[in-house]
Formats: sequence, C-alpha cells, structure tokens
Amino acid sequence: MSVVITEPNDHEQHDHDHDHHDHKPSGITRWLYTTNHKDIGTMYLVFALVMFFIGGTMAMVIRLELFQPGMQFVEPHFFNQMTTVHGLIMVFGAVMPAFTGLANWMIPMMIGAPDMALPRMNNWSFWILPFAFLILLLSLFMPGGGPSFGWTFYAPLSTTYSSDSTALFVFSVHIMGISSIMGAINVIVTIWNMRAPGMTWMKMPLFVWTWFITAFLLIMVMPVLAGVVTMVLTDKYFGTSFFDAAGGGDPVLFQHIFWFFGHPEVYIMILPAFGIVSAIIPTFARKKLFGYASMVYATASIAILSFLVWAHHMFTTGMPVFATLFFMYATMLIAVPTGVKVFNWVATMWRGAMTFEVPMMFALAFIVLFTIGGFSGLMLAITPADFQYHDTYFVVAHFHYVLVTGAIFSIVAAVYYWLPKWTGNMYDETLGQWHFWCSLISVNMLFFPMHFVGLAGMPRRIPDYALQFADFNAFISIGGFLFGLSQLIFVWVLIKCARGGVKATDQVWEGAEGLEWEVPSPAPYHTFETPPVIK
Amino acid sequence: MTTKTYEKYYVPAQSPWPIVGAIALFFIAFGAGHFVIDISKQQSGFGGYLLLAGFAILVFMLVGWFRNVIDESMSGLYSNQMDRSFRQGMSWFIVSEVMFFMAFFGALFYGRMIAMQWLGGSSNNAMTFELLWPNFEPVWPLVKTPGGIETQAMPWTGLPLINTAILVISSITLHFAHTGLEQQKRGQLKLMLLLTLLLGATFLGLQVYEYIHAYRDLGLRLDSGFYGNTFFLLTGFHGLHVTLGAIILLFVFFRVLKGHFTPEKHFAFQAAAWYWHFVDVVWICLFVIVYIL
Repeated sequence: MSVVITEPNDHEQHDHDHDHHDHKPSGITRWLYTTNHKDIGTMYLVFALVMFFIGGTMAMVIRLELFQPGMQFVEPHFFNQMTTVHGLIMVFGAVMPAFTGLANWMIPMMIGAPDMALPRMNNWSFWILPFAFLILLLSLFMPGGGPSFGWTFYAPLSTTYSSDSTALFVFSVHIMGISSIMGAINVIVTIWNMRAPGMTWMKMPLFVWTWFITAFLLIMVMPVLAGVVTMVLTDKYFGTSFFDAAGGGDPVLFQHIFWFFGHPEVYIMILPAFGIVSAIIPTFARKKLFGYASMVYATASIAILSFLVWAHHMFTTGMPVFATLFFMYATMLIAVPTGVKVFNWVATMWRGAMTFEVPMMFALAFIVLFTIGGFSGLMLAITPADFQYHDTYFVVAHFHYVLVTGAIFSIVAAVYYWLPKWTGNMYDETLGQWHFWCSLISVNMLFFPMHFVGLAGMPRRIPDYALQFADFNAFISIGGFLFGLSQLIFVWVLIKCARGGVKATDQVWEGAEGLEWEVPSPAPYHTFETPPVIK
Repeated sequence: MTTKTYEKYYVPAQSPWPIVGAIALFFIAFGAGHFVIDISKQQSGFGGYLLLAGFAILVFMLVGWFRNVIDESMSGLYSNQMDRSFRQGMSWFIVSEVMFFMAFFGALFYGRMIAMQWLGGSSNNAMTFELLWPNFEPVWPLVKTPGGIETQAMPWTGLPLINTAILVISSITLHFAHTGLEQQKRGQLKLMLLLTLLLGATFLGLQVYEYIHAYRDLGLRLDSGFYGNTFFLLTGFHGLHVTLGAIILLFVFFRVLKGHFTPEKHFAFQAAAWYWHFVDVVWICLFVIVYIL
C-alpha cells in the first residue's frame, strides 16, 4: 500500500503550529480517507439530500399514479415497490443520515471537543451507507422486482409472498443498522468523554442532550431490527417458521419484534429535531430557553416511554384487551413530556424580541405542524378509534406530519441556521423565504386532505381508489408536485451559499449563544485542539 | 474532567481503512444476498465468490487497520482519555450485541408462552384451535408442530452440561490471565490465555458435534418448527460469537507473546476479555432458557 498513514512525528509538531494543521487534504482521497468530523458531517448531509431526492422522486411516482382513480402509469407491483422503497429511503437514507450529519458537524463544536471520539470508525459508519442503498436500489432491477411489502416488511408479505430479491433487502438493512450503531456509539462516547473542562452535563446544549438520548435508543433497537430481518431471511430461504403458525410461530410475532424496534425508531427521528428547535427558538426570540432542565427530563421520559408503546401499531391484530388498554394509556402518556416541550418553546418566545429569518420560520412551522401530527397521533392511540383509522390515509397523514413537517422541517431549519457557520457565507434570505412559504403551503395541500380521505375510509398502499376520493387525491397530488418542486429552491440556495455570498460574522445570529458561535465562520478544519474555557 | 492539564486527544490523520472496510461490507452483503438466492433456487451463481472476496477484503482491512492502531498504541499516542473512549465504545458495542440476542430470546418467549398457547386454544382462541389444528398439543419443547413436523428435543444433560462447564471455566481462566497481566506474571498470563483459547476451541468442537448429533440422530433441524428455529438460531449466533471472541483472543495471545500490554494499559486485552465474558453470560442464559426450561 502506498497510502500515507499518520506519522507520529508529524503529530508532535501540531501542538506548536495550529495554522499548519488547518490545511485540508485535497482531491477525492480527502473524502474517502477522512477522519475529520466536519468532512464526515458534510458527506452525511449531502448523501441525505441525494437520498431525499431519490426517495422524493418515488413519492412523485406514487402521487402521479394516484392523481386519478384507475391504473394510469404503473403496475400495482411497481407501485408497491415505490411505496416500500420510498419509505425505506426516507427513514434510513434521508432523515437518519441527515441527523447524524448534523451530529457530526455540531456536537464536537458544541461541547468543545477536537473531533468525534472514534474518528476512523466515524468514516466507516458513513461510507457503508451509500453501499447499503446501492444494494437496495439494485434489488429493484432484479428479476421479480425489489422489496414490495411496505417499509414495515410485515410477514408473511416479506416471507411467503415476497420477490426473490428479498435477501438483498435483508443484507442492506443489516448494513444500515451497523452504520447506525457505530454512529450512535461514537456520539455517546464523544459526549460522555470529550466534553471540554467545565462543560457539565446540565450545561450541554439541548441538541447535544437529545442526540445523546437518541444514540441510546439506536443502540438498543437497531440490533433488534437486525434480529427481525434475520428471521425474515431464514423464514424465506431456510425453512424456519418464526412467522408461520403451521410451524408453531406467529405472523403477529413479526409485528411485535418489528415495532419494538419501530417505535423507538420514530423517536430517533424526532428527538434530535427537538434539540434543533430548542437551539433556534431562543436565538431568534433573544431569550434563554425556558425550562432547560425540564426539556432534558422530558426528552429522557419520551425515550423511556418509547419502549413501552410498540403495540399501539397493532391494535387490530386481535391482541388481548388488557394489552391494548396498556398500550393505549402508555401511548397517551407520551403526550405529557411532549406537551412540556411545546409549552417550553412557546414560553421561550413569550415577550421575546423575535425576528423571523428562515431558520426561525421553519422552527415555528415545526412547532405548529408537528403538534398537529402529535394530536392525530393521540387520536390514533385511542384503541377503539384506531379500529377505524388503521391502515387508512389518516395514518399516512399523521406520520407525514411528524416526519416531513416535523423531522424534515427541523433538518431544513438546522441547515439554514448553521449554513453560515459551515460555509462562511450567509444564504440568500429572499430565496430562503420563498423556499419556506412554497414548502409550507404545498406541504399542507399535500398532507392535510389526507386526514379527510383517511377518515372517509381510503386505504393506504393501494394504487387505485373509489371514485369519491378523486377530487381530494388530485388536489393532494398537486400539493405533492409543488412540494417536490419547492425543494429545488432549497438546492439552489445551498449551491449559491456554498459558492459565495455576504460574509458571515463569527456569531452569525445576533442572539446566538454557544461554543459553535465563538469559532470563526467558516469553522476552521480543526476546532478546539486545546479545549475552550466554559463560562 | 477536573484535571488541570488537558491530555492530548490523538486524532489520526487520513486513513484508507474505513473505505476499504465499506467496500468489504458491500461485497459481503451483496454477495451474501445473491448467495442465499442462489442456494434457494439451487442454481450456481456468483454470490458465493463475491461473499468470499468480501471476507478477503475484510481480513485485509482488519489487518491493516489493527496494525495502524497497534503501532499508534505502542508508540504511546493514546492518552488515558482515549483509553476511556475505547472502553466506553466497547461497552456500548456489547450492549448492542445483548439487544441482538434479546430479539431472539424475545421471539422464543413469545412463541412458547403466547403463540403456542393460543394455537392450543387458550385465551380467546378456542376457534383458532378447533378450526385450524384440532390435534395440536401445546407442550414445550414443541416436538410436533401444528403442521405435523416431528422432531426430538435436545436434552440438557450430557454435552450441553459439559459445554456449560467448559465455557464457565474458560471465563475463570481468562480472569486469571487478567490478574497475571496486572501483577506482571507473564507466565501465568500466557498459560491462562492459552488455556482459555483451548477451552473455547473445545466448546466449538463439541458444539459442532452436537449439531451433527441433532441432525443425524434426533431429526432436530433448523426447519423443524419453532423449537428447531430458536434452538439453532440462538445457539448458532452464540457459536458465531464464540468464534469471533476466540479469534480476538488469539490475536491478543500473539500480542502477549510479543510482549505487548502493561498492567496500566491493555485495552485490547480488556475488550477481548469483556467480549468473552459476555459470550459466556449469553451461554448461561441460553443453557437455562433453551436447554433446561
């Protein structure tokens, strides 16, 4: 191997020569071989954006087919592959890597650490992700098609009735899991062990806290996902009967194991969003976050409760009544810590000196729209009501409100918020406002009517529908296309900002507080080689 | 965090190994997927070769990566703070492994305590029982599935009991190897480590023998219903972990022979030992839950 590996001697000089240390390696190997948390964060974010558009294209296919009743453009089997892979890509390829990218960029800077604790492993956990999705996307071109059983891959759809390529799906999920677990270990160790002197637990920014708790969720549930896909693999290919009653198993067992992973998973996709909003609201309200400690405890409570609510996805499976009651009440309990959070955000803004730059707009939209998603979640938590809502578009509306206007809006807000710190340039405020308003209007055109068609009984994951849903679906599809187009403005803003613009100050935002705003903009390649002083 | 002087945290410059490892995992996953599909269709394909290539690249990556890390460690680049990072990283990795096994133990619990009872008509499932398999007897071990596949249960006496003893003793010998390392008794360290390795190898050998016995004499197979499924997947994944643990210990043993590790600094030894103890604890749970109960 002709590759240059760290020479210990070289390292010794760095203590005396900081500027020398700041030169970036050039060429493709900078990205392939990097151990730098900022490079890795950037790669995660770019990858997430690319996957967001690939998954989004699939959503466009779905909305195109649903524009009119009847079958117009795609075969039902292909439609099912689109819904499945759209879900898988958005969950594992867009939202989770975007949050991991933000964690990589921001956590070391927020706690005054020189880098992530395990920098090489950090790079490994990123680079296996594109390969995992390459395998998943390649499986679409296999004979018989790719995964078509929904992103939840319920047995027996994923075992008895799935296409031959299911093994590729299984192994690609394994790799995604390995990536998430390594990323989570890195986050926990970094936060636990690399805080600058004086950065006590209760001084950590909430983004750090929420990610810390999220990382525990990841470590606890991603291996369970690995276990359940392994059982799907052996059931399909090696004759086991975990999910086959004839062999003593039970298809409902699949749902139990899957949702034991799946429910904490949805909090994995929202807790870091809480952290982002808790960073943005105080900045633009120019007030300290209201109820910092209660935010921390609320986050931890949500995380603990998330392990006790999984079967609320399964009310119609014929569980014993006692079990449905337990899961119903446990689920409703989650509204309490979540309500604490929403209250705290609103209380932070109370009598604040507010301005409404793009990150703040997305954060405000998050609070309102995520809360709508939370309320529809409460409706779904009511067991007898869920018998009606189950598997309808009401569920689709619910989880898109929490994932699109929740998780993705928070990610977009975070990108606008920290973009000047990353690039050194201010983004184009006018374009950003256009992006916000177009997204806000179109996303509500897209998802709000889904509540109504769902309550009226339109089932999800079906390529055709009864005629009375036609007008609503045409309207929804138009909203969908507009939302997709609006995201092109985002790409335009990003490229424009990366290429130049008004130079950002170190603090960037007038009301911003925290270590990341004390380093220059753009943030130097290596920050905090000697730990900063914490007030 | 209270120390006045801040230790230098070594951040390695660029490393080629992560991307090599990513390519290795790509070949392994893509190859394994095609290999499984090939087997199920009883056709020959390229999956197996890709899988082998993946493992070869993985071994190449591991050797290179660990060589770097060992060099850095031996040249004193790793501070105590980094040692803590490694230890915490390893601990949380083991927690994630525990959760992987929990998925299978959970499946076993559900299949035995809930699914089997319901198939036998308990709770509100009387009609399930009457209409689907009225001749089904819900007794554990599930030696006759509702669909009619018959098998025999693996008794816990005999080989499994011996294997339990072997693995528990190996944990004890490993503990004495550790005390040997801490008290600078290199002879004890080498001897006890070697003993641990031999016990591990014996365990694996006996486990293979048990599998042959199960398939040939008992008719207990991976596909013989829920009992066989959980038996083979739990003991099989445990066996894989023992194999991995033994390989790690083997490398630690070579490093011991080269004179590596000091009483103060021996993260690699510690990590291997933790992993071995974890595998041991999993076995004890397995022995009680899968074999005895």
